[in-house]
Amino acid sequence: MIDAFTTPRLIHPGAWWLWALGLAVAAARTTNPLLLLMIAVAAGVVVAERRVPGPWGNSYLAFAKFGLLIIAIRVLLEIFLGAANFGPTLFALPEVPLPEWMAGVQLGGPVTLAGLLQAIFEGLRIAVLLLCIGAANSLVNPSRLLRIVPAALYEVGVAVVVCMSTAPILVSDASRIREARRLRGRPTSGLRSWSQMAMPLFSGALERSVALAASMDSRGYGRTAGIPRRARQSTVGLLLLGLVGMLIGLYGLLDGSTPGVAGVSVIGWPMLLLGVALATTGSLLAGKRVSRTRYRPDIWAFPEWMVVTCGVIPATGFILLGNDPAMSGPTYPLSWPEVPLALVPLLLIATLPAILSPPVPQQNEFEESDQTDTSAAVAA
Amino acid sequence: MIRFDQVTFNYHDSLNPIVSNVNLEIPEGELALVVGHTGTGKSTLLNLVNGMAPHFTGGNLAGVVTVADRSTANYPPREMADLVGVVRQDPASGFVTDIVEDELAYTMESLAVPPNVMRRRVEETLDLLGLASLRSRPLRTLSGGERQRVAIGSVMTAHPSVLVLDEPTSALDPQAAEEVLAAIQRFVHDLGLTVLMSEHRLERVVQYADSVVTITNDGEVWRDSNPAHAMISAPVAPPVVELGRWAGWDPLPLSIRDARRDAVTLREDLTRRLVSEQTPAKPAKRPTPESVATISRVSVNRSNRVVLRSVDCEVSAGEVVALMGRNGSGKSTFLQLLAGSASPSAGKISVRGHDPTQLAGTELVTTVGLVPQEPALMLWADSVVEECASADQTSDLPQGTTLALFHRLRDDVDPQMHPRDLSEGTRLALVVALVAAASPDLLLLDEPTRGLDYSAKVTLTELLRELAVAGQAVIVATHDVELVAAACTRVLMIGDADIVLDAEASAAATASPVFAPQVAKVLTPLPFLTLAAVREAAESDPALPRNGGE
Repeated sequence: MIDAFTTPRLIHPGAWWLWALGLAVAAARTTNPLLLLMIAVAAGVVVAERRVPGPWGNSYLAFAKFGLLIIAIRVLLEIFLGAANFGPTLFALPEVPLPEWMAGVQLGGPVTLAGLLQAIFEGLRIAVLLLCIGAANSLVNPSRLLRIVPAALYEVGVAVVVCMSTAPILVSDASRIREARRLRGRPTSGLRSWSQMAMPLFSGALERSVALAASMDSRGYGRTAGIPRRARQSTVGLLLLGLVGMLIGLYGLLDGSTPGVAGVSVIGWPMLLLGVALATTGSLLAGKRVSRTRYRPDIWAFPEWMVVTCGVIPATGFILLGNDPAMSGPTYPLSWPEVPLALVPLLLIATLPAILSPPVPQQNEFEESDQTDTSAAVAA
Repeated sequence: MIRFDQVTFNYHDSLNPIVSNVNLEIPEGELALVVGHTGTGKSTLLNLVNGMAPHFTGGNLAGVVTVADRSTANYPPREMADLVGVVRQDPASGFVTDIVEDELAYTMESLAVPPNVMRRRVEETLDLLGLASLRSRPLRTLSGGERQRVAIGSVMTAHPSVLVLDEPTSALDPQAAEEVLAAIQRFVHDLGLTVLMSEHRLERVVQYADSVVTITNDGEVWRDSNPAHAMISAPVAPPVVELGRWAGWDPLPLSIRDARRDAVTLREDLTRRLVSEQTPAKPAKRPTPESVATISRVSVNRSNRVVLRSVDCEVSAGEVVALMGRNGSGKSTFLQLLAGSASPSAGKISVRGHDPTQLAGTELVTTVGLVPQEPALMLWADSVVEECASADQTSDLPQGTTLALFHRLRDDVDPQMHPRDLSEGTRLALVVALVAAASPDLLLLDEPTRGLDYSAKVTLTELLRELAVAGQAVIVATHDVELVAAACTRVLMIGDADIVLDAEASAAATASPVFAPQVAKVLTPLPFLTLAAVREAAESDPALPRNGGE
């Protein structure tokens, strides 16, 4: 039993994503800055302990920077467009009169402390939501997610992976084309030269994707192996409907303002469950007519259950406590935010995967080969 | 195993068929080599085998192509995947996943191979191709030879009966090419795999072939089950075969070993002549000591890896320098430093007294020119004429200078064509023309012979020598010892971030088998590097064969 937690292995990508979504659901239900920061710290502790080696492991920090940017934008919007009219005014911007049909929008005008705080708290909530996604990316290489995509949606998954692998190549191509222009004695800045550089960039990307498509085709991608068209279509249809259902359900859970009974959203759980049911039916149907198999499928064992539970418990706690006044950050009158004590142990539980999951296997250090010599993409 | 029955194929936009009326049968377990000039339809022929042409490329197919009685007319490529494995010219462009192990499994996943079988086959393939230590490596960190082996492994896990390879070793250094060819050999001998392969570097592969499929410039195709016989009239031939043809040896030697046995009398005759005249066959030409480029104590570090360590080097006008070394040893970096595309971490570089990173515009193109590894990056206009006109304009040349130079390299190309539609070799010729037309003091070429056939290499060699005579300095980064022997005066070799060898080309080529071209290997210890040199020596001596065996 203990072995399951100490033997290094990568745990199922779905487990980390469900855990991260659990934290995201919790974050979405509060604007209390202390609670939000505690969620961010909980996610950060787990990432520090269990992130994957390689560039994806740094997603958490990248998303953190992005989050700060979002808070800044939210605050700027509040200053220039905000219309919070209560509380003491900090300073006033000259107000720009707007035509009558734009009533409700205010450009400039007084900026209140309460309005600013509100903006910071809301920005913080979005930032922490993003941070949870960033944590999931740090813990799971996105290409591993492809393995848990149901067989019927595999083709969509491949498209996504190809896009992700193309983006960095485009960036390096752009710099090499720029250099090639310099070598031909042409200016490398200005609108005209940019338009001329776009041409080889895009035709190169196109040639590359055609080459990839040719390779995938000759390696059996999209083989029908005798499955009737109608059966394939109904499977894909069920899966897509299921995904839409799950998305609506998640939205219901994240947004506390949807109609609900006793704090629990009526569209949240039912839609989520309906979506899961549809998607499962689709997957089962697809599984009956095997057209492809999976190499080394990820296993789901006890540690996976533990990780998911550690995400679900805080989410449930935050949802049940949804209407507690301490859940929103105090903006007016000004006071130090209170922390509902019942939630603190829940957030401690959220950090448990840092020790309650198998450690990440360490890769051998490998040397990156010389970019310029090995990027041998020849347009044939 | 593979059968072509009355096959004619043309693309939609052209009436001229690429290949016409092909009747071909390749039996099981044979390694067949496709031989022909560039642009004669070798790739098209390979594409026909698994139905990529016409299913993917478009075009009209007349006649029937079958593999193990499955006709490509009824089966698209994806339904042929369990029968035919295809590895394209640039293996990296065909990778779908990002880890070696996953890439090996991809084809099997598509073919719904049961998971336990999949795991066993991945292990087998890892061992067979010597990839076991790389199994969890990201594909982008692999070297060229490793990538090629992974690409071959990724189709071999599906246990196809036929393997189709398009230029499997053209882009590789000699060691990596050896590894790849050894793997292919193992599949042919151990598994009875049928292999259809095209390759420009015939000197690497022709001795392994069981049969040769020749494509003429008119699109005629035939198979000869005796490679030595086929090479007598083949449109392209490696130097050892050219030597054999000239000397009239029968059967024609395909390997160095065979040729050395045939060459006993030729060596004796040549030795006698050298002794009687007491002059070396090749006049030693001293380069004029006028320095063009100076590199002093230059180091380059990249992400805690040392690419170049305190390198000193001087290149003079009239020199053609070959820059050699493994893939990834820093050859490209060396050239980029001289072109100002990269800056050194320490040290100083000067080209005609300028810091190359500070140059731009006309001053840059007349001082230093670089032909990069991927010439396509340098092209952006809509036609060959426009490209040439724009080069004339940048370097203040009279209209038409660049186009004239391009025509010298390639006279059979319609100048209104779009540069993207040109074959790889022609595109390279265009970029060489664009860069060389400005007569830069220092001309740099990065792997220029990749994708060139033997006749195109000869043209390139002539151009490089002319430029050197005109007082320009040329540096060529290459693995191609034949090019070094024919065109270069000096060899620099980079190993482990240092210059480990700096010698005259003729001395380097006769001193070490690593740098020896085929003719030198056959005639060693005599100091002949090319057939041209042998011919020249023979023409002044009536005792030697003059005109081949005819």
